[in-house]
Amino acid sequence: MQGYLRSDGRKGIRNVIVVAYLVECAHHVAREISSSFKGQSVHLIGFPGCFPNAYADRIMNALCTHPNVGGALLVSLGCESFNRNRLLDNIKASGRPGHLIGIQKQGGTRKAISEGKEWVANALQQIESVEKANINITDLVIGTVCGGSDATSGITANPAVGRAFDMLVEKKGTAIFEETGEMIGLENVMSQRAVSPGLSEELRKSVEKAARYYTIMGHGSFAPGNADGGLTTIEEKSMGAYCKSGNSPISGLIKPGDIPTKSGLYLMDVVPDGEPRFGFPNISDNAEIVEMIASGSHMILFTTGRGSVVGSAISPVIKICANPETYDRMSDDMDINAGKILLNEATLEEIGNEIFETILQTASGKPSCSEELGHQEFILTYKTFEPIGPSCLPA
Amino acid sequence: MNKLIQIHPNDNVLIVRQRIEPGDTETIHEKEIVFDKTLGLGHKIAAVDLRKGDIIIKYGVPIGSATIDLNAGTHIHLHNMKSDYIPTYTLDEEFIHAK
Repeated sequence: MQGYLRSDGRKGIRNVIVVAYLVECAHHVAREISSSFKGQSVHLIGFPGCFPNAYADRIMNALCTHPNVGGALLVSLGCESFNRNRLLDNIKASGRPGHLIGIQKQGGTRKAISEGKEWVANALQQIESVEKANINITDLVIGTVCGGSDATSGITANPAVGRAFDMLVEKKGTAIFEETGEMIGLENVMSQRAVSPGLSEELRKSVEKAARYYTIMGHGSFAPGNADGGLTTIEEKSMGAYCKSGNSPISGLIKPGDIPTKSGLYLMDVVPDGEPRFGFPNISDNAEIVEMIASGSHMILFTTGRGSVVGSAISPVIKICANPETYDRMSDDMDINAGKILLNEATLEEIGNEIFETILQTASGKPSCSEELGHQEFILTYKTFEPIGPSCLPA
Repeated sequence: MNKLIQIHPNDNVLIVRQRIEPGDTETIHEKEIVFDKTLGLGHKIAAVDLRKGDIIIKYGVPIGSATIDLNAGTHIHLHNMKSDYIPTYTLDEEFIHAK
């Protein structure tokens, strides 16, 4: 596998120019610039808020210097509070081409779009010459998320991703899972997998925090429909999502934007710290996909039963369909048909192997279904986090 | 086992992967089980004989315990197993148990 070597030593599997709006007021200009490069590796990202937010600042910095990103164009209106100069400095310090357009300074929409297009066209040529390097499994960071789940998700796609994660961790790759809000009832099961007693306590606390947060938001976890689908207890329901993490020891707990320091399996705590201030922790699946990418994920394994279609800016999303009927209806959107397990046409181990092979092919440059279809969803909103504690990362 | 799947090698339950109809038979550990009711996708069947209080294992982990003795092949659900989860902070009852 060949990848793109970055100055911090990380390697990318894609070489994308991001066009980033720094406030919603600059969204249109940024979109006009990026959409004029349809079919090329130019992706639109951004933060819509005008008021400052340390979390959003951190995520934008992490994304613009992500190993899959070759360069970044920042589009600012001019009066928003985002610290654009520091972001630009960080991009340039990372050895990437970077440029800032201020719409007010530039003289309005037309002039800003025109200058932006010109810069991106040049940058695309410039990043073609970025240094290539061999990529091994040990270089890869893979995130997983589920969305549009149904009764099949916990029987086929999720445990199959767990098998693939076990293979990845055994071969010294890095794997990230999340959704602490769906781990209620599993505090003991999960904390026993921690590599240290300190981490064990941190894992337990992250689930308790999620339970409290979702209760305040008025969001219970176990619904009557779950029992119709054969689920009896909260532990069982939670396992259906949690089994994506496989059976490896848990090496660390990270928060969005933290980069795993060693290979292994990491829990990402996506639930904000402190009292709820900005609403739901993640308002849609792409919010957590963005967070896993900000923590260095080269690609995302997305399991779905009812049939999600999303992809993402920056990193490929691999769709693993749990339900064979959904697969038949939506096969263009699905990379892997885990529903074959229900039809007795494949075992969990075989689908786990297929997922692992697909990871390698995607890392080698093969586009995923969502990439081919042009999906580049992106969302980033306000949050508040405290830094992780000293026991969270492996020594 | 055509219509049942074992998700983890340590599990003591099997999961319905294709709808079971009355009269369907499955062989579980060389014992033939004849089903007398419809069981939908995702429901659980005892893989072995279980005693009251035994831990139910699915995904290789405890998901609750049996509230009565159960023979292999018995449908396991709200009527014969319970959650053993005790949250470390207080949750509403309805939040924990499905009605």
